[in-house]
Amino acid sequence: MDNIAGTKSTLTWAVHLSVALLVALWLFPTVGLLVSSFRTGEQISNSGWWSSFSAQERQAPAIRVAGAERQEGALYVIEGELYPDTGAAVSAWGTSSRAPEAYGPGDVAELKDGWALSVDAAGRYRLTAPQSFEGERLPRIFSTATAPPEFTLDNYRSVLFGTTAGTGVGQAFLNTLTVAIPATVIPILVAAFAAYALAWMEFPGRALLVAAVVGLLVVPLQLALIPLLQLHNDIGIGKGYLGVWLAHTGFGLPLAIYLLRNYMVGLPRDIIECARVDGATDFQVFVKIVLPLSFPALASFAIFQFLWTWNDLLVALVFLGTDDDTLVLTARLVNLLGSRGGQWEILATSAFVSIAVPLLVFFAMQKYLVRGLLAGSVK
Amino acid sequence: MHPALQAVLTIVIGVGGCVGYFWGANQILDKLIFPARGAHIARNISRANMVRPWLFLFPALFALGLYLAYPVVATLWLSLTDRDQGGAFVGLANYRQMMGEPKFWEAMRNNMLWLIVVPAASTGFGLLAAQLTDRIRWGNLAKSLVFMPMAISFVGASVIWKLVYDFRPEGQDQIGVLNAIWVALGGDPQTWLTITPWNNFLLMVVLIWIQTGFAMVILSAALRGIPEETVEAAIVDGANPFQIFFRIKVPQIMPTIVVVWTTITLVVLKVFDIVLAMTNGQWETQVLANYMYDKMFRAFDWGVGSAAAMVIMILVLPILIWNVLNARKEMR
Repeated sequence: MDNIAGTKSTLTWAVHLSVALLVALWLFPTVGLLVSSFRTGEQISNSGWWSSFSAQERQAPAIRVAGAERQEGALYVIEGELYPDTGAAVSAWGTSSRAPEAYGPGDVAELKDGWALSVDAAGRYRLTAPQSFEGERLPRIFSTATAPPEFTLDNYRSVLFGTTAGTGVGQAFLNTLTVAIPATVIPILVAAFAAYALAWMEFPGRALLVAAVVGLLVVPLQLALIPLLQLHNDIGIGKGYLGVWLAHTGFGLPLAIYLLRNYMVGLPRDIIECARVDGATDFQVFVKIVLPLSFPALASFAIFQFLWTWNDLLVALVFLGTDDDTLVLTARLVNLLGSRGGQWEILATSAFVSIAVPLLVFFAMQKYLVRGLLAGSVK
Repeated sequence: MHPALQAVLTIVIGVGGCVGYFWGANQILDKLIFPARGAHIARNISRANMVRPWLFLFPALFALGLYLAYPVVATLWLSLTDRDQGGAFVGLANYRQMMGEPKFWEAMRNNMLWLIVVPAASTGFGLLAAQLTDRIRWGNLAKSLVFMPMAISFVGASVIWKLVYDFRPEGQDQIGVLNAIWVALGGDPQTWLTITPWNNFLLMVVLIWIQTGFAMVILSAALRGIPEETVEAAIVDGANPFQIFFRIKVPQIMPTIVVVWTTITLVVLKVFDIVLAMTNGQWETQVLANYMYDKMFRAFDWGVGSAAAMVIMILVLPILIWNVLNARKEMR
């Protein structure tokens, strides 16, 4: 429509380009973490993730020659491989840290006492000497090699099923699920009845209640932490799952009521009045007509609440506590950031485990999410 | 009991309890208290219908009152008392103590910065993305990719961005994109998150990255709702695309822009996870919500913590009132 003005071709290209740039910019950080979670810790800390798709030339850590010697004529020989299971190609090597690239592949280095060392391009080395190596200190090999791109699932294995103390991400995953599902299901029904009353029943004070719900919608939950924690302690719930479920239910209700009421008000009046004329009670109208028709709004809220409870940190920290066996994923991640800030393979993988479920929900149910957002904020 | 089992049980009890309550209460109302039969059938039915809304509303109102309304009052009270003196009333002493702390003013200053930069940048980028993606065929794909960070937790986003800001000493390969670009341009590698005041902006980038998608989705719907005639008329009058956008479209979606802006403002006021995960308020990056958490759960100073929470509440109050007034207007 805008194109009628005749500036189509150049402007369209500019639009395509800027959108591509925007998307790339928005995607880049996440992709970085995803790619990093498939690299080994050593790879991550030695090169940027963006270079992991091309063959990498880098200095490998020094490897000391080892292995059983055998006799070959007058010479004693030790043979071995620097990189047994990879397709790495050696481009340079050396025997001291001061000159790690002194020799090329295939060169022979003359060492003390008539020793000779050679390394070929595939990383096979051969050390020879006129006498036995028994009791001698064997030389180290510094090498620079070009390794093909390499990705691994080991991080996920160790993070999810590993038993290293303080990294129990598998347990945290289950904890998060335990928090999120009841906290999503319970508010829906409570809110649906209230929303129906606010949308379709006549009673004094209705407008006031709707306004109150709108007001509570924005009350920061920071205010609720201490009083509710005290309350939970007083009535014997203390810190635990029950407390988190109740808290999430309470905090989620205003949005639930608001979303559902807005949706229910828009349902066709005819259907509901016909049912009433036919003798249906409010309870029947709600259960048989309004509830099924409100499915899209229910789905929207369910997604919101699930994403919110899954991603929440504050409520879980306060009401569930910081014990190792009840930590949720977000709290676990914060701990990891503190204790293993340098171990990117653990961090990246744990973060991706925590992000995966919401992303899945997001892409599968995007339609409902968008609809809910629109109902919730556009007036 | 195993937590997973407990969760299933809670769902069953919770859902069962709700259904039981609503159904049971209705039955009692219709069959026992005001039966729809006998001499006063008409009066009974109308009375039952007067009570019923409150039956429907009761659980929700109870939960709202207990979990949102009561805490506001209780926190106000806590902020005026001192826990160490057994909860004695101390007037505004907590507020005075808070006002005397440089960390509080640092948090206030940073929060104001957040309040200006994040909503403005998110709304701006969102508007740009909405306008651009509406005009191309793969716009929907582009939209869902820009929207995606919405699903990521603040903590997850912090990890993602911490990798972007990562620092390696000079001479090593940089693994953070920002430093890699910086070094490629000829700079020395920087520990970005410790450089005041710019580290604040680097933290804001995380939230902008998350919120832009939200702004885009809503503004894009608003843009589509603009009557075509207005745009066509402008084209006929010879307006160029920029004039159409800024003079015709933006004014028409102004109310939506305001809604988006205020919604993001609310998110900003409560921002806590990002600061906690990335700097924990060090290097002058403290914000109010994290300051409050520090006071409440690390220093266990409930009085000052509650006072800080009340400050957040006061900052939210104008938006709360504005929202309520709007809702009232709509109801009429």
